[in-house]
Amino acid sequence: MSAITSDMLLQSLANAITLGSLYALVAIGYTMVYGILRLINFAHGEIFMMSMYFAFYFVTAAMLPWYLAFLFAIACTGILGIIIERAAYRPLREAPRISLLISSIGVSYLLQNLAVVLFSGIQKQFPPVAMFQDVITIANVRIQKLSIYVPLITAVLVIVLLYLVNKTKIGMAMRASSKDFETSRLMGINVNRVIAVTFCIGSVLAAVGAIMWGLKYPKIEPYVGTLPGLKCFIAAVIGGIGNIKGAVIGALLLGFIEIFIVLFFPALSGYKDAFAFVALIVILLVRPSGLVGEKIANKV
Amino acid sequence: MSVLTTKGATMRFGGVVAVDDLNIEVERGEIVALIGPNGAGKTTAFNMITGVYTPTEGDVLFNKDGGKDMRTITGKRPDLITKMGIARTFQNIRLFGEMTVLDNVMIAQHLHIKSGLFGAVIGWPRYYKEERRMKDGALALLERVGLLEEAYELSTSLPYGKQRRLEIARALATEPSLLLLDEPAAGMNPTETLELTEFVRQIRDEFDLTVLLIEHHMQIVMDISDRIYVLDFGKTIARGTPEEIQNNERVIEAYLGVADVD
Amino acid sequence: MSKESKSPYLPATTQKHKGLSRTLSIVVLAAFAVFLYMANSGKILGSYELRIIRLCGVYAIAALSMNLVNGFTGQFSLGQAGFMAIGAYVTSLFIIPTAQKTAMYYVEPIAPWVESLQAPFIVALIIGGLVAALAAFLIGFPVLRLRGDYLAIATLGFSEIIRIFITNMIPITNGSLGLKNIPDTANVWWTTIAVAIVVIFMLRLMKTSYGRSFKAIRDDDVAAEAMGISLFRHKMLSFVIGGFLAGISGGLLASVVGAITPIYFRFTLAYEILLIVVLGGQGSITGSVVGACILTVAREWLRFMDNGFSIGPLTVPPIAGMRMLVFSILLMIIILFYRRGLFGSNEFSWAGLLRVIKSIPQGIKRLFTRKAKAEGGGS
Ligand SMILES: Nc1ncnc2c1ncn2[C@@H]1O[C@H](COP(=O)(O)OP(=O)(O)OP(=O)(O)O)[C@@H](O)[C@H]1O
Ligand SMILES: [Mg+2]
Repeated sequence: MSAITSDMLLQSLANAITLGSLYALVAIGYTMVYGILRLINFAHGEIFMMSMYFAFYFVTAAMLPWYLAFLFAIACTGILGIIIERAAYRPLREAPRISLLISSIGVSYLLQNLAVVLFSGIQKQFPPVAMFQDVITIANVRIQKLSIYVPLITAVLVIVLLYLVNKTKIGMAMRASSKDFETSRLMGINVNRVIAVTFCIGSVLAAVGAIMWGLKYPKIEPYVGTLPGLKCFIAAVIGGIGNIKGAVIGALLLGFIEIFIVLFFPALSGYKDAFAFVALIVILLVRPSGLVGEKIANKV
Repeated sequence: MSVLTTKGATMRFGGVVAVDDLNIEVERGEIVALIGPNGAGKTTAFNMITGVYTPTEGDVLFNKDGGKDMRTITGKRPDLITKMGIARTFQNIRLFGEMTVLDNVMIAQHLHIKSGLFGAVIGWPRYYKEERRMKDGALALLERVGLLEEAYELSTSLPYGKQRRLEIARALATEPSLLLLDEPAAGMNPTETLELTEFVRQIRDEFDLTVLLIEHHMQIVMDISDRIYVLDFGKTIARGTPEEIQNNERVIEAYLGVADVD
Repeated sequence: MSKESKSPYLPATTQKHKGLSRTLSIVVLAAFAVFLYMANSGKILGSYELRIIRLCGVYAIAALSMNLVNGFTGQFSLGQAGFMAIGAYVTSLFIIPTAQKTAMYYVEPIAPWVESLQAPFIVALIIGGLVAALAAFLIGFPVLRLRGDYLAIATLGFSEIIRIFITNMIPITNGSLGLKNIPDTANVWWTTIAVAIVVIFMLRLMKTSYGRSFKAIRDDDVAAEAMGISLFRHKMLSFVIGGFLAGISGGLLASVVGAITPIYFRFTLAYEILLIVVLGGQGSITGSVVGACILTVAREWLRFMDNGFSIGPLTVPPIAGMRMLVFSILLMIIILFYRRGLFGSNEFSWAGLLRVIKSIPQGIKRLFTRKAKAEGGGS
């Protein structure tokens, strides 16, 4: 094994924070939806994928400047999230939870096939944006500017989100609904609207994550969202599903695990995608409620 | 000669102490009632005894024959506890919804089966005999509780009172020595309720049981029980014979306003 | 038995029509066997159609495997793709001729012990199933303690781990290049007889005390445990048998398609099998078989969509992937509006078929009135 220099360590540190921040944006969507519907939204990874394509086409076909293109892409993704909820999850509100899970798998499958038809299965290149992709050198460590922007953007969005959830009326409605639909309804909360807003926020965050993901890993194809999607769900579970801060912590942890294991054990790089699943199984066995979550016992 | 003893059994959920320092003793052949207002911790006590919850503190001891040497069953798996001879019914009826009445009872005999899965699939003579025995036993039990006519109906299509009786039949099928009944009269109509006392006594004698039951219906409790424990907010506030309990100040206080829900 | 025939409470119809149903079933199955015989000898169907029939069998077994665990035992697991991969690779390594194996591994040389593996197809198939069952057994220890969606994601995770291992163990599996030249042994007879054996096994299993215990766990695990059923032991039994069946179906698949790569066994495969189970009905054995046939055939039949088609005056240009899109839309409709699938948790019966046929006119009428109501009441 070659020696690990301090430069390599710093480099990896930057990579881990960037990757973890990207995971965090997507993981939050999972955690919010799970918190309110008790559903692993298998389609979240495909929402992520769709928003990369949206951004791609707004830049390449609509010829918009990148900031407008990204903004539109984010808006479209938010709307997509609402549509999916309305079409595929709301009809099953009274159905067993497993039906909801199956429906989300169905949506995921549908979106992949839809992407093949709309955008073709041929790999596309995410449009470059110099401002993010320029490389700068800080103390011998060469990093993309992206590695600085990503954690910053994530931090700002998380703070805004926490404010939204904890301090605003809609946030209060969300927290109430995640405890109990019936009671919330009796208290005059429009639960359907709250769920729609939750999906919208989750999708918007996923879109931001997807765009930055595209800038960092610029290959787009219809299956590009599945694996990051599952990993981010795992991040949410590690942190404690249903808990926004937990999702961020879990995501950062997962970013570190993936980058640093490969740094220390280069031979394992082929198994990189398996780390997350191993971490998932370990956490489920050791502390199923996640790092931050509360323990819930089943009532009999 | 006690069959069941709990020693300081305590169950906490976060900050809530659902059951606090429970010490009960049930003698062989007795019918003992556990009563108390809603949320007193009665069902939680059952759950500790049957292994659904592991008590946060304390011990649960059991001896099938009511002998001196009691074995601890604290925190054992529910299925193992059932195998040792404790069976229960559930307050919020938990039948196997997509199965017939007969199958519900036959399930409860699975724990006695000796054949393996492949022997069963192939139809090995030993399994064939076991299946026959299970079926005959189940039908006999159904006849005993008056559900023979409904044997091939879907369990959840039965009216409430019959579902309760099916739960009892199912529990009996495991061949217990201690039977725990969680609010057996809930949802029964007045006639069924009246018959319940006699029914429980009969099955106790017939199947050589010891019975611990939770019940809100005071008349049943007073008629049926040899002894009563009263819980309130997890604490045991009284114990004694029906007469003693009826005249106990603290019990009356705890039940004030809640008394006679039906 | 004696008790049953004496019992006055059995629904009378089931007794009366039993003989007729049995005759009908035997006639249809015999006709199907004759059809297969003629088809296999190349008299009716070409190799393309035969391949579809073989795939129906492969997917039917995969779906039965998933149905056993998900539909009958109520443990929502999505690991089938991984077990199929194991079955497919193990079987293939035993049946690909040595010389062709050696030639195939050009990234890294083949491990000598893998090179020397050789067995007749049936033995290879069973070994594949057993290795998959062993994997299920090992995975079962940690995951079967989990419930519902956690189990789903953990099994999906393990399936992905299996795939990643296959991709990386290049001297054994030839990595991402996969295996090819897999002998085409699994003809329609192989697959059909395999399906028949599995169906009979499952039908019998569900009539035994073990099958009932599985269903009890599905219906209410707390009550099942309180009735003395060891949850872990029974979930494990179901999971391991499921792993074995998935392994068998993987082995057959390898032989039918002739070439496999790790990509073949991605999440999507598990999703597709799940959709078959949902279409047929969770907890219905015949449903899984019918579902597998419908989906496999429909997917091929929809192929015309990729080549462009016209409905009346409307002409749709050829679009790649169109058929899969239409296919997934149809599945979504089933998931949302026919949640219980074709059979629910019942098995196929002639009486049931008759009932369905009789109820069609009424169903159509209801469909229209419901639509009218929905339109009228829509806000
Ligand atoms: N799994 C659990 N998690 C958290 N709290 C619980 C749990 N199970 C029971 N409790 C709490 O413990 C207390 C006692 O509940 P329990 O069900 O034992 O009452 P009970 O005496 O059976 O009441 P009832 O007459 O209404 O059936 C209640 O406050 C209940 O909310
Ligand atoms: Mg109770």
